Amino acid sequence: MTDAAELRTRAEELLAAHPPATTDRTTFLKARFDAGLAWVHYPKGLGGLDAPRSLQAVVDAVLNAADAPDNDPRRIGIGLGMAAPTILAYGSEEVKERFLRPLWVGDEVWCQLFSEPGAGSDLAALGTRAVRDGDDWVVSGQKVWTSSAHVARWAILIARTDPDLPKHRGITYFICDMTDPGVEVRPLRQITGEAEFNEVFLSGVRIPDAHRLGEVGEGWKVAQTTLMNERVSIGGSRIPREGGMIGPVTQTWRERPELRTHDLHQRLLTLWVEAEVARLAGERLRQQLVAGQPGPEGSGMKLAFARLNQEISGLEVELRGEEGLLYDDWTMRRPELVDFTGRDAGYRYLRSKGNSIEGGTSEVLLNIVAERVLGLPSEPRNDKDIAWKDLAR
Amino acid sequence: MTKAPTRSTQPDLLYSEAEDDLRAAVRSLLTDRADTAALLTRAEAGTPYDAGLWKALAADMGAAGLLVPEKLGGQGASHREAAVVLEELGRQVTPAPYLTSSVIATEVLLALDTETPEVADLLAALASGRTVAVLAVPLSASPYGPLAAGESRVPGVADAAAADVFLVLRSDGLYAVEAGEVGVEAQTPLDLTRPLAAVTVPGTAAATRLADSDAAEAAVRRGLLAGAGLLASEQLGVAEWCLEETVRHTRERHQFNRPIGSFQALKHRMAQLWLEVVSARAAVRNAADALATDSPEAALAVAIAQAYTSRVAVHAAEECVQLHAGIGMTWEHPAHLHLKRAKSDSIALGTAGSHKEALAELVDIEAP
Repeated sequence: MTDAAELRTRAEELLAAHPPATTDRTTFLKARFDAGLAWVHYPKGLGGLDAPRSLQAVVDAVLNAADAPDNDPRRIGIGLGMAAPTILAYGSEEVKERFLRPLWVGDEVWCQLFSEPGAGSDLAALGTRAVRDGDDWVVSGQKVWTSSAHVARWAILIARTDPDLPKHRGITYFICDMTDPGVEVRPLRQITGEAEFNEVFLSGVRIPDAHRLGEVGEGWKVAQTTLMNERVSIGGSRIPREGGMIGPVTQTWRERPELRTHDLHQRLLTLWVEAEVARLAGERLRQQLVAGQPGPEGSGMKLAFARLNQEISGLEVELRGEEGLLYDDWTMRRPELVDFTGRDAGYRYLRSKGNSIEGGTSEVLLNIVAERVLGLPSEPRNDKDIAWKDLAR
Repeated sequence: MTKAPTRSTQPDLLYSEAEDDLRAAVRSLLTDRADTAALLTRAEAGTPYDAGLWKALAADMGAAGLLVPEKLGGQGASHREAAVVLEELGRQVTPAPYLTSSVIATEVLLALDTETPEVADLLAALASGRTVAVLAVPLSASPYGPLAAGESRVPGVADAAAADVFLVLRSDGLYAVEAGEVGVEAQTPLDLTRPLAAVTVPGTAAATRLADSDAAEAAVRRGLLAGAGLLASEQLGVAEWCLEETVRHTRERHQFNRPIGSFQALKHRMAQLWLEVVSARAAVRNAADALATDSPEAALAVAIAQAYTSRVAVHAAEECVQLHAGIGMTWEHPAHLHLKRAKSDSIALGTAGSHKEALAELVDIEAP
């Protein structure tokens, strides 16, 4: 069993063999992966040491203190958070060997080809087809809302392999090569003027059967692994008071007395309290996880933050009065990273509208809370036993 | 440029095993002894308190002395445990002078010089649950407002009918006055489970001086602050019960050939309420922990918990009545008792607005 002391020693050995000051970033990250210190809970040889997940913090602390380069988890978030756990759970040995190291090091960026124009919240309704042809599958269809597609080397993809089955069955999960000539990525310009997402058109894309994850027709089950890992992300890091969207507006209030009105004061105080309470609830969730008593609260926190971000950023635009009529820049850009607070109040206001849509709409999350946490009866379903091809679309 | 204060140590927002055990014991006592029908009968007869229940809770279980150190005759526990008792009392809207005597009056006395025999003796008596003391201020008194000293008639005093002793603020200090010396005139409260009375202390009443005026005012404010902080736990208990009962009812009640809890419009409202309740839980644990550890941020934590939880409790109780529909409007169903408690609590010990005003100053969000 690997313990904290051993991990600390291994991290120190890594630093001694590859001093961060004189080692190139990628070289250091590869060495870290090979030393099993990338994600310690992964298997030996795949960047880990089969250690408890909670001990990652020990390694991170030693490496941070030495100013070692990190792998920028934000830039490669989809790969780390969604593709990697799915590959680990369902990939063949060859697939794990091939993909995990460049993924973790950041040499290869991943994106996720799940959502479709006709299948957003009702993800299982997807219509992209994959047809077997010898050792390959031939995939055609259209995906949408794909972050990072313009910089991604690989994608996780779900496609329909049997339209005669009901919608949750007959789906298969693949790894798609984004450099295949049948893949076309088009920027999807959005409300903020940026093109943070893309539309992805798949025309006769050939995927080798070796890049299938899980059994044919079991894609929905495999996708659950991916989606569960998507929602786990909260609770890892501590946010300081005024650390979120409430920070800039409170600071503006303090610095610009001429903008103050009684109405805005009341609203700011109410939102300040709500933001602080949401932060405390996040902290409580984190403490529960550390104490080994994970509660169902995680599913609700995204709801709280989505609503708060929208209300707070809306208040901020109003607080700025005349300036609130202006916008910083409408130039279309295709950012590799989305910074929710990095631009002006107007941008924050518009971008936050997506918080209650992306990663599960608030309406769907409220249903999940109601059914899985409160145990309320589910909505009647009339599509369960109907072949996908016979569903009304 | 000023910066908002930040906390150096993290509050403990969980419940300890001992707190879970205490909760289980209090809940089982209240479940056995405090059913709605009996409660209503007593309230209508004008005798809302159940003396046997109080003895079991305060004396036998030792709940009255949780805040009092062992050397002063108490249990040597803290606000964290007292908060758990209040969550349970809130769930059952039990008429018991716990908040007034075991929290507010006790906290006032603890803030005085406990070496003084008069203070020490009274504290020990409160901690044992044998004596009930009530601070002679209106239930609506906030920890921040002006304190009326020496008024002859104080209306809206909670639990006055159950008090053996009143703590009375006069211009020259704080006094203990036996109930026999005091006029107690019952008022008709919105919340039947927390009786109110106008208390008149004649100038001639025999009184024991406990502190001079400076010490008295500081102690009374501390008592009201701790009271407000732990009232938030009671409000959480009210909200929790309302949500649970609403979920239970809407799962069982059928209309249009479906359980009404399967309708999305209703599910979303209950899910939203759940989110508010779990958020409130973090805020009230934060307040209880800050009071227990005597954190420099206690006042801020209390203001946050009160500003947030008052609204959640009222919202939960109003949803409870609405989603129970007709039955939620009846006298026999306990929903109205929770609504009355929630609404009354939202005024008790400072409104959400007054706590937000205090907070504005604490975190430097100045008014125009």
